[in-house]
Parts: sequence; structure tokens; C-alpha cells
Amino acid sequence: MLNKEDKSNAMNRFIGFVKKEFFHIIRDPRTLIIILGIPISQLLLFGFVISTEIKDAKIAVYDQSKDYMTTRIVNKLTSSGYFQLQENLESDHGVEAIFRKGEIKEVLVFEPDFAAKIERNGSANIQLLTDASDPNVARMVNMYTQNIINKFIQQERLGQEVPMQIDTSVKMYYNEETKSVFMFVPGLMAMIMMLVSALMSSISITKEKEMGTMEVLLVSPLKPIQIILGKVIPYLLIAFIDAIIIILMGNLVFQMPIYGSLTLLMSECFLFIFLALSLGILISTVAPNQLIAMFISMIGLMLPTMLLSGFIFPIESMPKVLQWFSCIMPARWFNEIVKNVMLKGVGLLFVWKQTIILLGMSALIVALSVKKFKIRLE
Amino acid sequence: MRTLLYILQKEFTQILRDKRMLGIILMVPILQMLILVYAANMDVKNVDFVVVDQDQSQSSRELINKFSGSPFFNCYGTTFREEEAEALLKNDKADMIIKIPSRFEETLVREGRASLQLIMNAINGTAAEISSGYAQNVIMDYNREIIAETYNLATTKNPGVIKMTNRYWYNDLLDYKHYMAPGILVILVTIIGMFLSGMNLVKEKEIGTTEQLNVTPIQKWQLIAGKLIPFWVIALFDLAFGLLIARIFFHLPIEGNLLVLFSYAAVYLVGVLGAGLLISTFANTQQQVLFIGFFFVMIFVLMGGIFTPVQSMPDWAQFVDKFNPVCYFMEVTRMVLLKGSGFADITKHFTFSLIFGFFMLTFSIVKYRKRA
Repeated sequence: MLNKEDKSNAMNRFIGFVKKEFFHIIRDPRTLIIILGIPISQLLLFGFVISTEIKDAKIAVYDQSKDYMTTRIVNKLTSSGYFQLQENLESDHGVEAIFRKGEIKEVLVFEPDFAAKIERNGSANIQLLTDASDPNVARMVNMYTQNIINKFIQQERLGQEVPMQIDTSVKMYYNEETKSVFMFVPGLMAMIMMLVSALMSSISITKEKEMGTMEVLLVSPLKPIQIILGKVIPYLLIAFIDAIIIILMGNLVFQMPIYGSLTLLMSECFLFIFLALSLGILISTVAPNQLIAMFISMIGLMLPTMLLSGFIFPIESMPKVLQWFSCIMPARWFNEIVKNVMLKGVGLLFVWKQTIILLGMSALIVALSVKKFKIRLE
Repeated sequence: MRTLLYILQKEFTQILRDKRMLGIILMVPILQMLILVYAANMDVKNVDFVVVDQDQSQSSRELINKFSGSPFFNCYGTTFREEEAEALLKNDKADMIIKIPSRFEETLVREGRASLQLIMNAINGTAAEISSGYAQNVIMDYNREIIAETYNLATTKNPGVIKMTNRYWYNDLLDYKHYMAPGILVILVTIIGMFLSGMNLVKEKEIGTTEQLNVTPIQKWQLIAGKLIPFWVIALFDLAFGLLIARIFFHLPIEGNLLVLFSYAAVYLVGVLGAGLLISTFANTQQQVLFIGFFFVMIFVLMGGIFTPVQSMPDWAQFVDKFNPVCYFMEVTRMVLLKGSGFADITKHFTFSLIFGFFMLTFSIVKYRKRA
């Protein structure tokens, strides 16, 4: 009987401790900004601002013939919505100067007697000069121009029937409007959960050490394991709330679909948060003070999570060494899971490999931190 | 003035004596240039495709050969069954499916028109757009070829061929590293300038030595100049160091005059150091400096067009970027290094940086209190 009462007392104490920790975190406005402001602002930034879509790219034309044909081609380009005619050049000396100013992305050079040549010889030349200091923009600008001009040729053909025409239709799977934000949401979730679970929790535990209040906690009737759990449980809640905020905003603001099972998605999030928290605990057992804990989590966790997880930059484009390195980043596997579940609508059968990797990593880290954890302080 | 020199001497000795500080000054450029530049690669190449060839004709084989022959595409395999191809797309084994329907060749010859389908894995939207564009170009080229072959191109019968030649200026191999490295240099200079100065100032607060500084007879401007000038020098040194690494490891072109770049950086840094000083007046611990700095730098850098063009951003963001110093510097490094732009091309940028630096520094100096 007494035993049972003891147990419920211990439980109450533990719950009280968790509550205290939770209020401790959310009472500080600066922390609140970090845990709520960062996810929301980052998602808005990635959703609205980061885009590689070409619209109104400024072009210049060096038209040496100025006949009806070249005028129509230029009109086709400018009416497409992709291009905006900024300047008419009078000589090709101007090209260099114009590119150096940095506004104009492409210069079209029509050869003299353009229309006449087409009518007489059946062919004429256009030179497309692109400012390739941004390679991807250059590629897209160049491709759109070619496509528009090619379509123009097909439509024109000066009234002739086109023999053997191949029509190509393109279907964009999983992301019909090729929105960049679909690529970023999973990575952003991983980054924010790392930030909250690993970085913030490791700092909060080392803070107790640094300020000497860890000793006070250790002599309290709470067991060491309860202290650690009590410290990290609030962060688990916060990270979970952040994940929900990001998924909800992605869905409501950016129409990112959730084709797969929500339960599966949430359980995977939970697994990842658990992993991140164990990383946080591990860091706090190694780091002597807050600043070092912060540096370890920033350089060892946050940066790789941002750069090497396929969050922004595709892993396939990296050199092999970095690709291997990305395999030990938990976020890489989490990203794959989230993309597959949300956009492709697959089930656990499809992502079991990634899930097992995450489970294995968590087990390893928990084992390591249990081994490293010292009850006594020096 | 002599007082300032003494303070500077003391600050430099103190900074350079600290082994960790030296490590940061040397390691950050190395890490950023060698890891960030290589990792931050949005290059699209080696696009794997699967072919669903239900036609099995000469034309379909020729078309597939066209794709396999292009350095941009990689054939992952051919199959009859659509489901199989879609499974490969789902598995991330392939990025693109080319679907050639049965009787493709027959329809093409008989009816003069046939259709193909490209299915892209569009989770990475940019890559999907670029590779589908390339694929369409390959198909169009092929189309032109077969027309020419079949009709033996009596040129008069086939009017309206416009030949397009492409030239990619400033980066003819489309090396993404050359685009990224100047941007990373901007991050480098910004981080070193802002974080180191801010953290150094707050450290004095943390360990309680600010009070000692406050009771000394040195004036506020001397104190601030003595605290900021060392980091101004260090950041410029790191810019040179970073450039050197980029030059050695991936032959980053330096088309323009380095004097232009460095004088711009010198002005830009005034504003950045001012921001560091400002943050230090708000923050009480080095940790807060890091958090606040991280938050703002991330926003400024992403909005500044580190890997996406500012012109593609919505209008409000482009308006905000008119006040974003990082955005200007990002443009300047790319223009000077890659295109060889000179002073005349960046007067707008220069003017903004001067104004920004002036206001930032004045504001933060006013905010900074040296209490006796």
C-alpha cells in the first residue's frame, strides 16, 4: 500500500519537474521566438522567396535585319511571359558592356537579311548569347528561347503542311506545378527538429552543469534518468508542435499534399525527434559548457543537416566523398521518408529501410550516451 | 590617436594569442570553400531515364540512341510495362520516363503526326524543368533529322529552318562551383565580421570586464574602433584566403580587378561590423549573439539570392532586397569575379553600401553605452 503511494508520489514529482521545465522554456520570449518564429519564417522564406522560375527575364536584341520575321520572333518571346525586351543593340560591341551591368540575361543576334534568307535558302541563323554566371538560369533562359522559337517555326512553316511531326507531352509527377517548396518542407522539418531537440536540449542540460544547479538536481529525490527525461520531454513536445506547424502550413499555404498515412508520417517524425534528442543528450555528456555544446551541435549537426541531407542541394550532384558522408546524417534518411510518404503516398513497406536505419542510429546513440553519462560531477 | 594604436595592439595580441580564434580564422574559410562549395551544387546532370518502348521500331530505337548518346542523359533501362517504369520512378532509380506508344512509327509516317510522353519526377522542380527542357530539345532535333532524311531536304521544300547557336558567356562549361563560390565568399566575410565582433564584445560583458573598460579614460569611439578594426582586418584577410583556396582548388576565375572587390568589401564590412556591434548591445551571452546572428544572416543570405536569382522572387521580396546589403555584395562578387565588371558597373551597389555602413555604424554607436 505504502509502496504504491510512493510510486505515485515519485510520478507526481516527475510530472511536476517536467511542468516546471516546460514553463521555464516557454516563459522566455527569446526562446519562444526561436521555437515558433524560426520555423514559420523559414517556411515562408523557402516557400515564397526561393524559386528558380523564370519570369520577365530581361533580354536584349541585336537585330541586323529588322524585318517582319525577326520582329515576330521577338514578339513571340516577349509575349510568352518569360522575357522582357530591355534594349535594342546597334552593334555587337554593346554585348559585353550590357552583360557586365548584370541586368540582362540573354542577347539574341539575328543575322542580316533574316527573312530573305529564310525565303531564299530555307534557313537563317540566330545566335543566343546567355549570361552564364548563373548556370541554371542560363540553361533555362536558353531552353525557353529555343522552345519558343521552335514552336514558332512549327506554326509558321509558311503555310506548308508539316510532315512527320512529333508532339511531346510532359507530365510532372508528384509535383505538377514544380513548386520548389515541396522539396524544402521535409528538410526544413528535419532542420527545425534538430535545432529544437538536439541543440536547445543539449544547451539546456549543459547550462545546469555550468551554473552548478545540476548538483542541486542530482541530490533531489529524482533519479538521474528522470532528470534527463524531464529536461528533454518538453523539447520533444515543442519539436512535435513545430513539425505539425510546418506540415499544416505546407498544406494550407503551399498546398503540399499528404498522400500517405498521417499516422505513419507522425510516427516517423516522433522517431526522428527521439533520435535528435538522444543526440542532444550525448552532446551534453561530452560538452563541458554551453558554448561548446552549441558549437558541436551547430557544426556537427545543423550544418550537415542543412547541406548534406538533400534538403536544398540534391545528394546526387555532390562529390562521392560527401555522398558517403551524407549516409551517416539521420536527416538524409528522414528526408527520404517524408518525401516518399507525403508526395508519393507510399506506406511503411516502401520506407522500411530508412526507418530501420533511423532506429539503428537511435539505439546506438542511446547506448553511447548511457555509457558516457556520469551521475557524479567532478 | 596614440591611444587607439595601443588599444589596437592589445586587441590584436589578445585575439591572435587565442589558439581557438586562430583556428576559426583559418579553418572557417577552408571548410566553407571546400565543403560548402562542393555540397551546394544544384547542377543537373546524369539524368537517369527509363524507356517504355511499346513500339519497338527503328524510329523508337533511334530516338533512344539519341538520348543515350547525349552526355546529359543516362539510360537506366528499357521495359515494356508502364508499371515497371513507374516503380523505378517511385524508387528514385530513374528521374524520367520516356513513353513511346505502340504504332508510334506507323502513325508518324502515315498520319504525319505522332505523340510521345515524358514523365518526370518533379519533387525537385528545378531539376525536372531543366531536364524536361533538354529532353524536348533532343526530341526536336531528332524530329528535324528524320524530316530532313525522309524528304532528302530539297531545301526549297522545307522553308523555315532557323538554326540556333548557343554561347554561354562567362561560364561556358556551366560549372556550378564558379557560380556558388563567390556567394560563399560573401557568407564567409559576413559571418566572420558579424559573429566574431559581436561575440568578442559580449564576452567582455559575460566575464565582467566591460566594467573595467568602462572606467578607463579611453573614449567611446576609441574603444569601439579598437574593438572593430581587428575584425575588419581579419575579415578582409579571410576574403583573400578564401579566394586563394577557390583559385587553387577549382580555378575560380578572377576576371575583374581585385582592388574593386576589396574596396567594396572594405566598405561592406563597416556595415557588417556595425551590425555585430548592434547585436552585442541586445545580447547578454555569446550564445544569444550566435542565435540572433544565425537567424538574421540566414534570412539575408537566402533572400540575397545565394542560389536562386533575385529576379525570380516575388515583387515584395525584390523590394526588400533593395535594402539587403548581402544581396548587393553577392551581386558584386559575382559581377567582378566572373564578368570582370568595374567600378562604373557597381556604382549603385557602392552608394548603397556606403549609406548602409554609415547608418548602421552611427546607430549602433549611439545604442552602445559606455557607462562610467
